[in-house]
Amino acid sequence: MATAFSTAKFSTQPFPLNPTSTTSHDSSIVFARPTSQFLGSTRKFRLTSSSKFNLSRRSKTVVAVSDVVKQKKSKSSPSLLITKEEGLDLYEDMVLGRAFEDMCAQMYYRGKMFGFVHLYNGQEAVSTGFIKLLKQQDSVVSTYRDHVHALSKGVPARAVMSELFGKTTGCCRGQGGSMHMFSREHNLLGGFAFIGEGIPVATGAAFTSKYKREVLKEADCDHVTLAFFGDGTCNNGQFFECLNMAALWKLPIVFVVENNLWAIGMSHLRATSDPHIYKKGPAFGMPGIHVDGMDVLKVREVAKEAIGRARRGEGPTLVECETYRFRGHSLADPDELRDPAEKARYAARDPITALKKYLIENSLASEAELKTIEKKIDEVVEDAVEFADESPVPSRSQLLENVFADPKGFGIGPDGRYRCEDPKFTEGTAHV
Amino acid sequence: MVLVLRNYKLRNSRLVPSPFPTTLTGCSKPQILRPFSFQLSPMAAIFQGVGAAAALPSSPSYSFDSNKSVFSPRRSFSVRKGASFAVVRSDGTVNLNPKDRRAQLLISNAVATKADSAAASSSSKPGHELLLFEALLEGLEEEMERDPHVCVMGEDVGHYGGSYKVTKGLAKKFGDLRVLDTPIAENSFTGMGIGAAMTGLRPVVEGMNMGFLLLAFNQISNNCGMLHYTSGGQFTIPIVIRGPGGVGRQLGAEHSQRLESYFQSIPGIQMVACSTPYNAKGLMKAAIRSENPVILFEHVLLYNLKERIPDEDYICNLEEAEMVRPGEHVTILTYSRMRYHVMQAAKTLVNKGYDPEVIDIRSLKPFDLFTIGNSVKKTHRVLIVEECMRTGGIGASLTAAITENFNDYLDAPIMCLSSQDVPTPYAGTLEEVTVVQPAQIVTAVEQLCQ
Repeated sequence: MATAFSTAKFSTQPFPLNPTSTTSHDSSIVFARPTSQFLGSTRKFRLTSSSKFNLSRRSKTVVAVSDVVKQKKSKSSPSLLITKEEGLDLYEDMVLGRAFEDMCAQMYYRGKMFGFVHLYNGQEAVSTGFIKLLKQQDSVVSTYRDHVHALSKGVPARAVMSELFGKTTGCCRGQGGSMHMFSREHNLLGGFAFIGEGIPVATGAAFTSKYKREVLKEADCDHVTLAFFGDGTCNNGQFFECLNMAALWKLPIVFVVENNLWAIGMSHLRATSDPHIYKKGPAFGMPGIHVDGMDVLKVREVAKEAIGRARRGEGPTLVECETYRFRGHSLADPDELRDPAEKARYAARDPITALKKYLIENSLASEAELKTIEKKIDEVVEDAVEFADESPVPSRSQLLENVFADPKGFGIGPDGRYRCEDPKFTEGTAHV
Repeated sequence: MVLVLRNYKLRNSRLVPSPFPTTLTGCSKPQILRPFSFQLSPMAAIFQGVGAAAALPSSPSYSFDSNKSVFSPRRSFSVRKGASFAVVRSDGTVNLNPKDRRAQLLISNAVATKADSAAASSSSKPGHELLLFEALLEGLEEEMERDPHVCVMGEDVGHYGGSYKVTKGLAKKFGDLRVLDTPIAENSFTGMGIGAAMTGLRPVVEGMNMGFLLLAFNQISNNCGMLHYTSGGQFTIPIVIRGPGGVGRQLGAEHSQRLESYFQSIPGIQMVACSTPYNAKGLMKAAIRSENPVILFEHVLLYNLKERIPDEDYICNLEEAEMVRPGEHVTILTYSRMRYHVMQAAKTLVNKGYDPEVIDIRSLKPFDLFTIGNSVKKTHRVLIVEECMRTGGIGASLTAAITENFNDYLDAPIMCLSSQDVPTPYAGTLEEVTVVQPAQIVTAVEQLCQ
């Protein structure tokens, strides 16, 4: 029997769909029966009483989620959604994210990194659940809370830590910092400081994927882009504009909302007229799904379907992951506004603890194996700190190097030569 | 330079070319159907503003192109066909193919040293005549043929052909995905262009009017300008952002903005302004081929300028200025539409015995300090004529740059003529006095040369 490690607050049962309760065209929508309790339940409603489904008639693809789950149930062992290897992989990734962020906090208070540092503690299930399903050529776009997205995507912990310390060995040569993690090799397209400004970039990456397939005739190009952003961003114009364009052109993108209920000190409920973000998907013609973001297996199931949709060319999906950040908005945030009871409730749903419990209870892994993983991660993080500590700081010559891809863009100086040919340019002391 | 007049109707604040031709002296057939139609002719404005007292160009040949086909047939050219592209410097010398003197001769003619050489060049020389918007279209089309990664995005660029017809016919030829009609979401589709550029495409994003790109400022400043740097050089953004700006014919304050002054501080971008069909095509091609993000400023009133341009492939260097008229007494630095006001004033000045050197700076960021500097060292007097506002415009930056670098060579303080710091009024009489007129330029030169 599936043991769902969901919370006391939320039901794992999908809300029963009565076809007659929706519009008359909905006869094609089929949902899992209310009695089966399966992990990866996608129907989660915070409004209790209303029996309305909030998907439009066009989002028939939600069918597939339940179908996939049903298929999975028949194929593998009756209750398990993951194999042992997958389970250990997920566990390791989440522990890496947690340990890394905890180390960041330590380093910050020791004065090794500065500025605005936004930590991801508590939200690991979303990053791991989604990004572990991607291939290397798929793209990820994030926000300023991007360390763990970078790690999940495969950027080495050393490169991320060096970047945070502002060293040349950082993934962006020390020029980006905490909020601008980029990796060409792993197709991490950022790291953006302003909320919402990454979503059009993600839409552009998805556009390139479609363009490659249809114009450049690279028939096997099925790259998918994931755009991660928060609840505060969902009130921003760029969010809506990109939902429109992605649905219009059926771009291979998944919009992942990490709804942690707080935008610095602004509660989502105080900022949003209709706090159900997933509802905004069907308004633009794409499915909108709400999932428990503290449960990595549920997130993974939804992610599989959404990413599969995009890969098959069926268009975008909006996934709202209900999650929570255990720390403040950034290391400078005193975090006084959030109710300690709310924090305690979510702390009880810690995704790492939950996965650990699941793995052990389902005999997928032993305590010892998990401890080994934790030790290994501790070493990885320590090594990353050491590496970052020992790495050199950028020299002055690095100042002007990456302003332009083609440094002729600095123009022609009074002596008739291009400024970039001036020897002072490579020293970083040229006047440009 | 030959000018073409068109009758335009305003519909929903977009310009639609009317099929009816008009003459300079007024409409022989009263085909002005709507109260908003107007003539798009900088020369006409000059005549109305300054009066016919100004010397007319010696060969005013105005032709009416309402039904002219966009692409005239290419004639065979005596220089070897299939010549690889040559980088043309503003002084007419060609960097590649040094043996090709024929090409040099033709190309230096195409960059008009005197405005009334247009008649001479259009007689029986090879090359083909076209209008500025057609030159842009030609450049864009050639680049799209050359590289399948080049694509266009913008409002009404596809089926509509562009509100100024710069993308006419491209959607039919290249398809709806390559010439993408976007919804009205500047910030997002500009960001989309940036994301596409980061992942391998070379988009050309059109702002229907440059002013609309104010909505895209977030993406242009943060992502377009900075992503190459903040990613440590990992991602290049070979995007071209283009569109018409400047003060038109009573378009109202919001459609008459000069965004070059707002964008100039953004690190990591290049800005160029085209002013003739020759440099429009050349700059368009150079911008598309450049690995840097480039903003190409066109002007609403210059789209119908006609010129004969070479048949063979050429580009104009993005960082160089263009010598329009060599001279001895004073350096006049200008760009875009003001070039024509300056040339109009130059005729008056020549009659009065002055010899102005006119340079079209073309590259608004970075400035070509070599061409400018050489000129300052020769004439020792500088007048900047621009359409930006007085405060914080390109002229302000240029004044600072010249003072910093060439202060010792100046015999007089730099004069800068800019538009008034006023939202462009709708009324024609008021609009005329917000921008610099040739008479002011003449007065300024006289003052400078005292």
